[in-house]
Amino acid sequence: MKQSGDRVIARDRVIGRGTAFCELLGAALREIFDESAYHRFLQRTHDVPTKKSYRAFLREHEASDARKPRCC
Amino acid sequence: MQVGKALVWIGVAGLGALALATLALHRGEHISAMWLVVAALCSYALGYRFYSRFVAARVLTLDAMRATPAERLENGRDFVRTNKWVVFGHHFAAIAGPGPLVGPVLAAQFGYLPGTLWILVGAIFGGCVQDFVILLFSVRRDGKSLGQMARDEVSKTAGTVAFVSVLSILVILLAVVALIIVNALKDSPWGAFTIGMTIPIALLMGIYLRYLRPGRVLEASVLGFLFVLLAIFGGQWVAHSSHAAAFTLSGTALAALIIVYGFAASALPVWLLLAPRDYLSTFVKLGTIAILALGIVLVRPTLQLPALTRFIDGSGPVFAGNLFPFAFITIACGAISGFHSLISSGTTPKMIAREPQTRMVGYGAMMAESFVGIMAMIAACTLQPGTYFAVNSGAGMVGGTPQAAVAAITHWGFPVTADQMVTLAHNVGEKTLFFRTGGAPAFALGMAKIFSDSLGGTAVMAIWYHFAIMFEALFILTVLDAGTRVARFMLQDALGHLWKPLGRTSWYPSIIVTSALVVAAWGYFLWQGVRDPLGGINSLWPIFGICNQLLAAVALCVATTIIVKMGRARYMWITLAPLCWLVAVTFSAAWHKIFDPNPLIGLLSHARQLVAGPPVADLARRVFNDRLCAVFCGLLLVLVGVIVIESAAQWIKVISGHEQASTQESPFVPTAYAEEAL
Repeated sequence: MKQSGDRVIARDRVIGRGTAFCELLGAALREIFDESAYHRFLQRTHDVPTKKSYRAFLREHEASDARKPRCC
Repeated sequence: MQVGKALVWIGVAGLGALALATLALHRGEHISAMWLVVAALCSYALGYRFYSRFVAARVLTLDAMRATPAERLENGRDFVRTNKWVVFGHHFAAIAGPGPLVGPVLAAQFGYLPGTLWILVGAIFGGCVQDFVILLFSVRRDGKSLGQMARDEVSKTAGTVAFVSVLSILVILLAVVALIIVNALKDSPWGAFTIGMTIPIALLMGIYLRYLRPGRVLEASVLGFLFVLLAIFGGQWVAHSSHAAAFTLSGTALAALIIVYGFAASALPVWLLLAPRDYLSTFVKLGTIAILALGIVLVRPTLQLPALTRFIDGSGPVFAGNLFPFAFITIACGAISGFHSLISSGTTPKMIAREPQTRMVGYGAMMAESFVGIMAMIAACTLQPGTYFAVNSGAGMVGGTPQAAVAAITHWGFPVTADQMVTLAHNVGEKTLFFRTGGAPAFALGMAKIFSDSLGGTAVMAIWYHFAIMFEALFILTVLDAGTRVARFMLQDALGHLWKPLGRTSWYPSIIVTSALVVAAWGYFLWQGVRDPLGGINSLWPIFGICNQLLAAVALCVATTIIVKMGRARYMWITLAPLCWLVAVTFSAAWHKIFDPNPLIGLLSHARQLVAGPPVADLARRVFNDRLCAVFCGLLLVLVGVIVIESAAQWIKVISGHEQASTQESPFVPTAYAEEAL
């Protein structure tokens, strides 16, 4: 019984770590692809995702995006 | 340290030493690339665990209780406290470009050993340290840029040198990357079609994001990637159809198209082309690097190139020049790259949640970039040496015909036949692979070999080859778009001091004039490179390497000055040692490029040879170009000299007690997240 309980705990731990890794990967991708920045923009401006709000977000980001070098 | 942990680290050190010794001492039989992977991973583990920890604790005294600008100035826009792994991914995506893929491929002409050792040692003691300290110093100065720190901490002159260095590196960088793309796509209808299609795909993504599904960037990137895959298959169809002639472009035609593209990309709105291309390129980049790492581990390829070749004497056909200093400027991004200091003092410092995270993000991300360089070295060295030299040598170096090239290369002891090259070209869907200088085609061949060995075999080698070419070209066009625009903004800022309207970034006449000036500057070097009988890369890549290392020298001068002003002069060697090395490398490389009596290396002696020799087409233009490049190298030497002298004057003043040691750090504010820090 104890061995099977240990196995369940170990399995849950693996699943938990896998889920955490996937969440982290998703968060990193959303940050890299500016989805998080848009989400923060919506929170800051108390707005909802629409074409208009995305346009406003792009306008705000355009100046900094255009000056960002991409490394060689 | 506990005994168990100590034993583990002793084991890692032993394994790393064994792998390095095997790589260094093995002669004769071919060797598995896994030795290279093991040597690299063990070296990085030791460097991170011990050296970066020493720098963090003793030199920089990272303080988890000090609030970072992301906390103090949090505005939900630029300054945002972010999970350290997320910042790591973001920073890595920003620093990883085509450089660590191309540099090691070119440096493989010396054999796999010199480049590999420089990538490992340069990264652990130079590049990672540079990225780490600049990131931390920027964090402690509210996210200031390298130029601002140079002006505040060293002198106004140093700030100006930093500005000129960045502008110079951008011009040469853009010319070099454009040349790489031209050499990869000339006379290749498949490649030209695929890369051409990435422009409408990026435009479509921009429209999709703005009008159809606002903000769904990952979704748009996945769709864009699927379209790019379709374009690769479409390219195969085009190459075998009656439309092939329309996409079979000469080097000069491609150069003209890229110059026009660069101008248009600089003037178009960011959301329409630059941003979607950047997303698409990042998506492909992260995926392909991961797949390449997996492919190397699965296939465990054998290194075909020897540890050292005869070309360490400077007679190499890929680029002329001795092992020292040319190997160390050829590989910049995989070992130490000044360009990274712009990223480390750009977006990243504004996202760091706690000071100790700068170690993982700054030092760690550069280690990952360095590993990409190791993978590129493996990809190049898995090619048969004869094939490697036939692809990478310019027509002017090995004779103008395939027959002359194979005879010369075989004579050097690297047997290759014209038939083998024809078969290889056929397998990858190209008409010829001779004289494809620039590194990109050789890297694509190596990558295609690794991929096809693990999935699909020779039947799909052509698809993998063109996937790799597309992957590199996508990187490069992104660098071209962004670099032209950044240089344009810098020029507008500078010209705005002379006449205010020119400084207005939204004023169209100013946009047109400054875009044209920037494009004309890099376009000029590109045009000369394309028409250069030695392949262009022979002269342009070393100048690019010198520029990049010059910027690294600026960053290390700033870092050393801050360390001295922090009252930690006894530890200044951590940045001073790589700085001394870089100064030695850039000075000697620039000196050779200007004054070396060998016309294949020295620009002035090449000009003299042209003048003294029989009349050739465009004699006056070629002589002028050589002299112009020589003047450019001379300017770089002066810039290195000025920044070093300015910085050394500061160090002497502080160390001798003539000046109070004080830095421009933001005042200490305790973090509100003390519990998290503890």
